[in-house]
Amino acid sequence: MTLGITLESLSLGYARGPVLREVDLAVRPGEVLVIVGASGSGKSTLLRALAGLLPPHGGRVLADDAEVTGTSRERAMVFQDDGLLPWRTVRRNVELPLRIRGLSRRERRAVAQDWLARVGLEGHEDRLPRELSGGMRQRVQLARALAGTPRAVLMDEPFGALDAQTRAGMQALLLDVLRDTRATIVFVTHDVDEALLLADRVVVLGRGGVRSVVEVPSPRDPAAGRAGLRGQILEEL
Amino acid sequence: MTADARITDARITDARITDARPAEVRPAEVRSADEVRAAEGRTAGARADGPRAAGAQAGDPPGASAWARRRARSGAKVRRRLVGAASLLVAAGLWQVLTVTDAQVWLRFDRLPTLGEIGAGTASRVTTPLYWLDLLQSLIRILTGFGLAAVAGVAAGVLVARSARAGDVLTPLFEAVRPIPAIALVPVAILLFPADEQGIVFITFAAAFFPIMVSTRHAVRALPTLWEDAVRTLGGGRRHVLWHVVLPGILPGVFGGLSVGMGVSWICVISAEMISGEFGVGYRTWMSYTIVDYPAVIVGMITIGVLGWLTSAAVELVGRRVTPWLPRAQEES
Repeated sequence: MTLGITLESLSLGYARGPVLREVDLAVRPGEVLVIVGASGSGKSTLLRALAGLLPPHGGRVLADDAEVTGTSRERAMVFQDDGLLPWRTVRRNVELPLRIRGLSRRERRAVAQDWLARVGLEGHEDRLPRELSGGMRQRVQLARALAGTPRAVLMDEPFGALDAQTRAGMQALLLDVLRDTRATIVFVTHDVDEALLLADRVVVLGRGGVRSVVEVPSPRDPAAGRAGLRGQILEEL
Repeated sequence: MTADARITDARITDARITDARPAEVRPAEVRSADEVRAAEGRTAGARADGPRAAGAQAGDPPGASAWARRRARSGAKVRRRLVGAASLLVAAGLWQVLTVTDAQVWLRFDRLPTLGEIGAGTASRVTTPLYWLDLLQSLIRILTGFGLAAVAGVAAGVLVARSARAGDVLTPLFEAVRPIPAIALVPVAILLFPADEQGIVFITFAAAFFPIMVSTRHAVRALPTLWEDAVRTLGGGRRHVLWHVVLPGILPGVFGGLSVGMGVSWICVISAEMISGEFGVGYRTWMSYTIVDYPAVIVGMITIGVLGWLTSAAVELVGRRVTPWLPRAQEES
């Protein structure tokens, strides 16, 4: 089951001042919405608000029709920095959302094993995060987020720290995995080509708000029309 | 945004993208997930084998470099132990020279026992049940006081660091009592508790409590918020954050506090025994001094040193065992 997320006149900021003002936006159930913007444009701030990690200064976030007042397992998050718990093995990290939900050991193990196979980490179950490469750690994060069967996955520049080859592979893997899951995806990046590769729609942030929303023609895949969209997005940035 | 700024941003974005991979060829270049999984697996494998591979010479039989590394490591360990033993032997030799010659070089060694007298004293003491009773009594006191302090110190440290209200109530109290040396609490302990035994355990507890509490408090505050955010966005509440993030995450800091706590616990238990005990290594050492049995004083001191070293080493060992995920453990293994 997918989740629709609505932002109504949402204002966000920190003690040092506002970051976003009066943002209105609807994330459609089941779509991949990619948010792009220059550094400091409020991409990650917006994502934290969607996750329920940051209370708004004004306005509200609705998950379906319910106001978001805190975190929920329905909205899992994948972080750019290593969000894995370093003392838990790969398997036990992926089992974490299932443990929180109170699943039995046997159920946890079966689900975790399935997700680890899907992200290509079979044989690495008993390794600690520090024994993995950056790309492998991000795959564990992805498996952990999806193992909890969230209705939306919020991804904060998850491939930003990876080298070009690994990032390309992770993008392919994500597209692979997205075919199997119907979760709504909100993906933050500042790589316009990554946005066009993954997105159903691209939201461009800047000047404290949404500058434009660009529909990406389906299928996402290759070329047609992307050069024009890329130019349009870069112009907005 | 000005036109110039926009152009600059666009160039930066373009440059980054071009570095990463040319936009025109990307779709063809995107490798299949399987290919990348295989490549990354190889990379990680190579990383894990990195030092071994680096140490190997071309043409070496497999495992030769691993064997060379093990040999070098064990050689270094033997050398370190030899240096440590030599240091102790030199100190013992110096003691022997100073005491046999009744040296009086401002410090007076003429009244201190020689190594032979200490050896004879040790042999006669360790064969008596009283020696072992004293030793057991001190160990029970320290393990009880230290154990209670470990539980209470970790609980209090977590509480004041995680709860603003608890911090407001308890921090002023802790900060007012913390500077008082535990041994200065002896008169209060004598007045407060019906038996000496409980008073000594209380002193030991008070000595270990504050280092453990302060280390725990710092460790909780130093935890990256990212781990907590991760657990919360997976559906975890405060209880899950405490159990899955805070308690395991603070272990390195807590064990720092436990090591310090164990040291000061020994200082205080021995001092308290000297003041108000009826048994125990501290009591016996002081009694030996009052009856002018100087070899027995040295035997008591050596016993205290060995017990302190063993218990501190046990804390260190447990600390390493419960934090195998720290990089330190990897280097040493």
